[in-house]
Amino acid sequence: MTNPSLAEPARLDVENIYVAYNGTPALRDITFQVPHGARVAVIGPNGAGKSTLFRALVGLLPLQQGRVLIHGLALGHHLDCVAYVPQREEVDWGFPVTVRDVVLMGRYGRLGWLQHPSWRDHSTVTESLKAMGIVELANQSIGDLSGGQQQRVFLARALAQEPHILLMDEPFTGVDMTTQDVTLNLLDHLRSNQVTVLISTHDLNLAASRFDAVLLINKRLIAYGAPRQVLVQENLSRAFGPQLMVLPDGTMLVDQCCPPDEEIESHREI
Amino acid sequence: MISWLLEPLTYSFMQRGLLAAVIVGILCAVMGTYVVLRGMAFLGDAMAHAILPGVAIAYLLHGNLLVGALAAAVVIALSIGFFSRQGTIKEDTAIGILFAAALSMGVALISSIQTYAVDLSHILFGNILGVSLNDLWLTAGLGLVILLVVGLAYKQFLVISFDPVLAATLRLPVELLRNFMFLLLALTVVVSLQTVGVGLAVAMLVTPAATAYLLTRRLWSMMVISALIGAISSAAGLYISYYLNIVSGSAIVLFATLIFLLVFLFNPRKGLLRRWKVKTPRISVENKSG
Repeated sequence: MTNPSLAEPARLDVENIYVAYNGTPALRDITFQVPHGARVAVIGPNGAGKSTLFRALVGLLPLQQGRVLIHGLALGHHLDCVAYVPQREEVDWGFPVTVRDVVLMGRYGRLGWLQHPSWRDHSTVTESLKAMGIVELANQSIGDLSGGQQQRVFLARALAQEPHILLMDEPFTGVDMTTQDVTLNLLDHLRSNQVTVLISTHDLNLAASRFDAVLLINKRLIAYGAPRQVLVQENLSRAFGPQLMVLPDGTMLVDQCCPPDEEIESHREI
Repeated sequence: MISWLLEPLTYSFMQRGLLAAVIVGILCAVMGTYVVLRGMAFLGDAMAHAILPGVAIAYLLHGNLLVGALAAAVVIALSIGFFSRQGTIKEDTAIGILFAAALSMGVALISSIQTYAVDLSHILFGNILGVSLNDLWLTAGLGLVILLVVGLAYKQFLVISFDPVLAATLRLPVELLRNFMFLLLALTVVVSLQTVGVGLAVAMLVTPAATAYLLTRRLWSMMVISALIGAISSAAGLYISYYLNIVSGSAIVLFATLIFLLVFLFNPRKGLLRRWKVKTPRISVENKSG
């Protein structure tokens, strides 16, 4: 398996996008290219616009300026080739659906309006459940699961979408070790299927060790490239400002608080 | 027992009434699952009241009251979708404004009618025994169309109700589907006017579906159970009203409420009594270890 280099033809082109909430700019002047099958970590302080970037890439937020091209075509040409896993699903956990029902929803984009899921759809769902280690939970209500298990359900659903590009917002924040391991294994699985992956994370070590490229943003693009080139003091202090602390031995720490519900979440797994 | 059941059916108005009641019971119960899951009870109630001006105008023009109600419901459903789209104002605010405006208009129109008639009070409280053959055909036809659409759009309605973000990333026309759902709800409410009337329509939408919600963990089975409860309540309510000589709409709603209460207390999944029983041993274990 060869690691795709950044020089290959781009699969995802983001050209000078500008996104605003009620007139307040949230992201501006963001331009980057992600090649076929690359794995990119999106890094930045809280409020840097990481989630905004993902929501814009998937078409949930309108672009005020600029454009997003996938396979060289504008957003919207590709029905379901981009899957998005939000940081915390804002769904009604009391909704009467089973784990299998939720994962099957990932196939709906490929079905016609009146078409029923085929055996192939069902077998893709089973494969996705197996990949996330939750096949034995298939007939449970989603409300009966722990936080980590719930996240794995939504990762399985993204997998069932068979996306070309997968966007994951903070999948490593506030989850149990099992879910974290399963997610990391998933990344290797996706790599072998040539899926382009963008993940936002707070974990700079993880970004440095497991990713092909790092996208450092703070409302604007700070730096983009190989982890070793991007994760240097100059760039990090531009992105994090006073939150960056450099120890005498050269170790850099980012003093960053995690979202407030994280503490609670990590205790949910029993 | 058999004669007790059959005796009322010797009257043709009772036969028509029973059929209409069961159709409406099923219909409301199925649409009600979305009303309960999406928190649209207020919308259902508002829709029922907002129908009044349409009925009043139809009455003034000597037209079919049901058709007038239908027209008003469609206008209200689409207006709510229009005013609340893209989050201009919140959905329940839009509902509140339109509901009050339509109700006021209805009352104003009715107060101007000199020969205030029984027909209008039937719209308010339902008149199941006055269902004509034409009404029955209209009810059955609309019911069939609504159930068919709910069945065909099952996937889409499930996704926009459960996870609107996924619906948007799958490029489903979320706004269109939402308006479409409002429209189906409006049609359902109009059909339900005959049995329970404006005042109690919301109960037929909410009570059987809420009961089914306590009993199941799948959407489709929630629909089936809800429909069963709706149908049984409608039939039972009609018999009760026949033998006890009370208003049929009230009897139907009270019967459905009784089923809800029984399930709320005794059901094996989420029942109140069961929860109390489960809690007790847990406390004793804690005491031992502590």
